[in-house]
Amino acid sequence: MSTTPTAPPRPTPLAAPGTSVPASVPHIGRSPPRKEGRQKVTGQARYVDDLRPQVARLIHGVTVRSSVPRGRILGVRFLPGVPWEEITVVTAADIAAMGGHNYIALIGNDQPCLADGVISHNEEAVLLLGHPDRALVERARALVQIDVEPLPALFDMDESLRLGHSGQQVIWGRDNAFKSFTIDKGDVGAALDAAPRTFVGDYETGAQEQLYIEPQGMLAEPTQDGGVIISGSLQCPYYIHQAIHQLLGLPKDKVRIVQCETGGGFGGKEEYPSMIAAHAVLLCRKAGCAAKIIYDRLEDMVATTKRHPSRTRIRTGWTPDGQLLAQDIDFRIDGGAYMTLSPVVLSRGALHAAGPYACDHVRVRARAAATNTPPQGAFRGFGAPQSVFAFERHLDDVAHALGISPVALRQKNLVRDGQTLSTGQVVRDGVDLRALLDRALVLSDFENKRAQHAAHNAQAAATGSPLRRGIGLATFMHGAGFTGSGERYLASVVAVDCDPEGRVRVRASSTEIGQGKSTVFTQIACDVLGISSALIDIVTPDTNEVPNSGPTVASRTVMIVGRLVGDACQALLATLRASGCLSATEPVQDTTFLAAVVAYQQRHGVLRATAQYQQPTGIVWDDVTYRGDAYATYAWATYVAEVTVDLTTYETRVDDFVAVQEIGRVVHPVMAAGQIEGGVAQGVGFALYEKVVWKEGRMANGQMTNYIMPTSMDVPSIRVDFVEVPSPLGPGGAKGIGELPLDGTAPAILNAVFFAVGTPIRSIPMLPEDLLLALTQKASSPDRKDAGR
Amino acid sequence: MKEIDLSLEVNGLPRRCQVHPLSRLLDVLREDLGLTGTKEGCGEGECGACAVLLDGNLVCSCLVPAAQVHGAQVLTIEGVAPSEGTLDAVQQAFVSCGGAQCGICTPGMILASKALLAKNPTPTETDIREALAGNLCRCTGYTQIFTSVLAACQAEAAAGTRP
Repeated sequence: MSTTPTAPPRPTPLAAPGTSVPASVPHIGRSPPRKEGRQKVTGQARYVDDLRPQVARLIHGVTVRSSVPRGRILGVRFLPGVPWEEITVVTAADIAAMGGHNYIALIGNDQPCLADGVISHNEEAVLLLGHPDRALVERARALVQIDVEPLPALFDMDESLRLGHSGQQVIWGRDNAFKSFTIDKGDVGAALDAAPRTFVGDYETGAQEQLYIEPQGMLAEPTQDGGVIISGSLQCPYYIHQAIHQLLGLPKDKVRIVQCETGGGFGGKEEYPSMIAAHAVLLCRKAGCAAKIIYDRLEDMVATTKRHPSRTRIRTGWTPDGQLLAQDIDFRIDGGAYMTLSPVVLSRGALHAAGPYACDHVRVRARAAATNTPPQGAFRGFGAPQSVFAFERHLDDVAHALGISPVALRQKNLVRDGQTLSTGQVVRDGVDLRALLDRALVLSDFENKRAQHAAHNAQAAATGSPLRRGIGLATFMHGAGFTGSGERYLASVVAVDCDPEGRVRVRASSTEIGQGKSTVFTQIACDVLGISSALIDIVTPDTNEVPNSGPTVASRTVMIVGRLVGDACQALLATLRASGCLSATEPVQDTTFLAAVVAYQQRHGVLRATAQYQQPTGIVWDDVTYRGDAYATYAWATYVAEVTVDLTTYETRVDDFVAVQEIGRVVHPVMAAGQIEGGVAQGVGFALYEKVVWKEGRMANGQMTNYIMPTSMDVPSIRVDFVEVPSPLGPGGAKGIGELPLDGTAPAILNAVFFAVGTPIRSIPMLPEDLLLALTQKASSPDRKDAGR
Repeated sequence: MKEIDLSLEVNGLPRRCQVHPLSRLLDVLREDLGLTGTKEGCGEGECGACAVLLDGNLVCSCLVPAAQVHGAQVLTIEGVAPSEGTLDAVQQAFVSCGGAQCGICTPGMILASKALLAKNPTPTETDIREALAGNLCRCTGYTQIFTSVLAACQAEAAAGTRP
């Protein structure tokens, strides 16, 4: 780990599991063992499928889905072969009969909980079946026949936008566009006209499955007062709370959402769990007993959301020596059949599309299209990996055409403090992006490797050896927290209080999904209160027990919610000191703290404090014009990938990977490195392995056998390096980290592939057959220019 | 097909249950014996979340029919720790070195690591990569899992014991 001169290096000792970090040393910057680690390594951690309901009767629920991409439902038939009288059947009509509203509450409220007469995509939920015997209900699922009159469907985002715009075929809203907007800075048209050199390129990214190893699942149980408790694998308890409240019109205090241990999310458990929870609740209320729905892998892959496929056309203007004069970017994403989170995915993608470069003339036109595929949704990076891939790949195309090194091109144009990003946001993080780049070049031995690989490739070509080597890089940033005004609207709240013995309980709806939330919140609380970690409990997210600290998304948990944890602890400590129960001057110790809390609570009742998000002063954003401070701050990075391409098999291997990033203060070095390494591995999959094969708007390869994610044999050595410039915004100077590594990994790899084979690949995932095709096409059309068409 | 009277040894204890002969070992463990530490990730032998040791060999319990384990010895994650409240060296290393994030692959990863270390107490990183290639992890990028296994080897070597 490296540090800038402004932040002295700190040791990162490893404590033994189960030991508590003493109160006297700072907790932030150390790597205490994972709070729930012991349960996870002993098999004691309880995930949703491990739960047994409190009530005696449980039915297993299954979802009967459409098998056409678009159509009108003519009728449903229940074929003989199972005792249908024993089976609970729920249709859209039951929602109306329960006095409910048939939609999943999110941005557009356009997605039905169960299809009502109309099918808009393959694998759309049409009805639910429940029975205590899981094998029987599975047999029953195959005996439901849905008669459908097919309607013409659209599968291509550009065709959908074109036909929607002209009114020729409308499948959603007025024009098949979930959202469209433009970011405008300067005068792009004039700047492009005047530019000595201009280049155009088209770039594409595919759908990507989140592929958490724990499939989705929910358990709904009736309560004696007519309410419902829903336990499950989820990222955002209050999203589900709102969805069930709106679906059934149940009072909010009759709906209780509890998070189980969650086996990975990556965005896949941001919004889709509301759908499964809604289905489980409907079965639970109709049958009057507990209902459990656990997806198998195939259902999880074909029916739930994925990363939005994207297409980006980039036109840029340059001086001959590589000064960036204008960026004109047309960014489209495919949202599938319903809106879900597409408008905000589009925003984040568009806001990252122009990259960390200083340019006076920028236009980003952004559109999210409806198609008749299952809705796409949140996936780590949330639009940015798509647009960052496009621009970072484009830069290497331009560098090649201008005869300038990709490093020099970036050094010339990286934004400096005081300059502005595409929205006019003035950069003031105090981070030297050229120093980050330099550090990555040193760690990867970039220039030497480039020369060595060029020599190797020339010799290989001469001798007929099939191996080509390459090294490539990407420079990029990722905004921390919700986009634009999001955090202000969320107005997240965190509470802390104390149990009768004086131990501190941290209450937030932020979920532990493996990223280390519980450990990091403990560190933050310890440093503020001056007590040891053994005295801190992190309350399980349960809407009866925790306030709404917002969803666990958008690289916001440490920076935004962690800051509130610290603020609430600060307030708690102030109350305790003001009461006289704790000395205002002496250092806090565990024993004095516990005694002080007990004394306080005997006199005044429960010691409790809350903190609510207040937007830092000086942050201004306009939701309509897309001008202003798109994010309060950014993480900044340079990634370098080294690859070998085998021209016999057309396989690409990532041999080495260097990830240098500035994320503010590093709260937990081991977990922070783990976030980067895991994100890089997902980025390797995004670039080289993970291809969703679509047939009639349905994923045709919904198994781990034929949708390939990286294994232990596929990931390179990943060298993670943090540069720390403490931010005034986050706890102890921390910023956001979770999504960053997804943005730069794929373009660094594909830039290395370009160097290795001499042909630019502008579409990912790039499987061996894709490379074969690209190189074969190139051989048959030698006149084709690599860039600057 | 009629249910069979299955008897086997799980985590050192004799266990009996009445199950369908083609029941998956995974379901026998989770549902009939209440050992939910073994996880199901894919149900087709691709992800390794359900890995257990069957007579010392690493298997995907989702692919093993009950009839095949009659009289066999099975080790699940619940049986890895030497005693209640303690951790085995591999478990300890996974907690300390970041080997477990969301934890869903962890039971299978730990059993795969145990299977490796039983055969090769001083593996190289390449050996570890090969031994864990059947266990998928979506969180860690595997790096800290490799570190965890190496740390467990060192701890065992220092303690003069073998996993």
